[in-house]
Amino acid sequence: MGDFFTLSVLVATAASAIRLATPYLLASLGETIGQRSGVLNLGVDGVMLLSAFFSYWTVLETGNLWLAVLVGLVTGLAVGVLYGVITVRLSATQGISGIGIFIFGLGLSDLLFRRQVGTPKPVRRLPNVDIPVLSDIPYLGEALFQRNLLTYLAFLLVPATALLLSRTTFGLNIRSVGENPQAADSLGVSVERTRFIAILMGNSMAGLAGAALVLQLGIFQPNLTQGLGFIAVALVYFGAWRPVGVMGGALLYGLVNATVLQWKALGIIPVSGSDLANMAPAVLTILALIVLARRVHAPAALTRPFTRH
Amino acid sequence: MKKQWKLIPSVLVMLGALALVGAACGDDAPATGSGEGGALRVAIVAPSASDDLAFSQSMVDSVNALERDVELSVTDGTFIVEDAAAAIRGYAEDGNDVVIAHGTQFGGSLMEIAPDFPDVTFVWGTASDTQGLDNVFAYAPAADEGGYVNGSIAASLSESGVIGVVGPIEAGDAVAYINGFEAGAIAGGASEVNITYTGSFGDVALAAEAAEAHLANKVDVLTGTAQMVVGAVGVAADAGVPWFGTQANQTSLAPDLVVASQVYHWEVVLEEMLTLRDSGVLGGQAFEINLANGGLVIEFNDAFELPAGVRDAADAMIEGITNGTVNTGS
Repeated sequence: MGDFFTLSVLVATAASAIRLATPYLLASLGETIGQRSGVLNLGVDGVMLLSAFFSYWTVLETGNLWLAVLVGLVTGLAVGVLYGVITVRLSATQGISGIGIFIFGLGLSDLLFRRQVGTPKPVRRLPNVDIPVLSDIPYLGEALFQRNLLTYLAFLLVPATALLLSRTTFGLNIRSVGENPQAADSLGVSVERTRFIAILMGNSMAGLAGAALVLQLGIFQPNLTQGLGFIAVALVYFGAWRPVGVMGGALLYGLVNATVLQWKALGIIPVSGSDLANMAPAVLTILALIVLARRVHAPAALTRPFTRH
Repeated sequence: MKKQWKLIPSVLVMLGALALVGAACGDDAPATGSGEGGALRVAIVAPSASDDLAFSQSMVDSVNALERDVELSVTDGTFIVEDAAAAIRGYAEDGNDVVIAHGTQFGGSLMEIAPDFPDVTFVWGTASDTQGLDNVFAYAPAADEGGYVNGSIAASLSESGVIGVVGPIEAGDAVAYINGFEAGAIAGGASEVNITYTGSFGDVALAAEAAEAHLANKVDVLTGTAQMVVGAVGVAADAGVPWFGTQANQTSLAPDLVVASQVYHWEVVLEEMLTLRDSGVLGGQAFEINLANGGLVIEFNDAFELPAGVRDAADAMIEGITNGTVNTGS
């Protein structure tokens, strides 16, 4: 255990936790916006898979990382339009529609990968960017301020999303259509439009999450996310629909995973205990949800389609 | 007499024609299947992508390498066992001659399905026995052998003496490879072999972070097994750390840093199984690919320059394992 508490290993663990947390954070923040407007999207994983594929393919074909990020975002936006039409315009059941989006994303990304790429080919990864002065802080600088730009963006989106939801008129509209759409409608707020925009924002961020994942790894494989999008949805509940809480959940999830991997590498967790240790992040999430479920309340109109009476 | 001499050219021409026809028939693949023109109808059900540069690809490449006329169907990405079971049954119902269930985890389903199709040959692996079914052939790799060779070379390349391994779940050929690698590395002089089982065959991100964790702990040579290692290879490539592959040749993932790959050539045992099938034996035997029978081949990356003597020592070790003078410890 002593080997773990050396500065270099702790820094590596923190850096790993942040890398692992970044896609979760981006997807969860987007899902937070959607859920605060009353729309649950269980299709986050499918959105991430599609955007991850298109981002990967863009780098493979053009070598341009920033174009790939943009493509990931636009892919999320496009799927958001589809999801918005299904759930807002057509008032379809959100849970089933979300699962449909997930299966669509899983299947289409797999099909496109086989047709367009085939065997996994490595591509450039997002380079780390040192923040002047801050990156020079011993140990802390290496862990926190020598990351890629999408990681910085993910963490900057935490206060931005919090401000959007709590300090802007549009944020107030989002919260009102998520809590009491009938009342919001009677006050002249367009529930449909507000929810549609919230879905577009949420899916765009899920698209960025897919891009972040694949561009951190530098490779794509079918089902690359391995259910990451579903964890992101759970983290919204974990974070009690608040951006800072969601960030805490994403970081905790990343930290537990990173610590388990470090302990395995150091032999602190023996090979015989490996399977048990693998369950730690999921067990932690379930326990937290059980505890939090009694203390926080979901947006009152979450999952309820709006119909004007 | 004169008349008889006149017949000789005609007889020679006929004999020549017959010889040509015979030779042509000899070159043709045996026509023993129910496909078009007697082609053997073979189906593969595999857990990951058929071009994963790992486990699933090794089987698809091997069937394609068979010197027979084969009509191949593949259902891959069946990481859900129930999906795989449906595909296995579907292929048997569709009249395929041979159905390959390429995954240890498919064994339970196969035990239910195989008795319903006594005329179909099922090929299952990795597994060391056929569970008493006479239309099931089992196959497994002696993955420890290539692991031992890779581990030994890795030890000779490591300056820190600490070598990292990224594995999926502690099962099947992954365990054999990793145990063999560890034994080879220790025998080759490594002071420590750190092993991480990520708990997933498909989580590329976790495999990448497992590799990062190893690098933070003085590891300067890495290896790994299963399809998720593509993430770990990327980390090794970025850090300039040599990588050893297994199951398929992984050189394309890091052309300058993949030292060698243990490649599975299942066709060696598949050919034996099909020959048995031709003679009416549909199953009931277990096969192993290893260095001796050519089912396992260590493919070196010529772009990676090994220190003097290391390649010769590796070749000698392969020879030793082949003739039984080197024990991998398993």
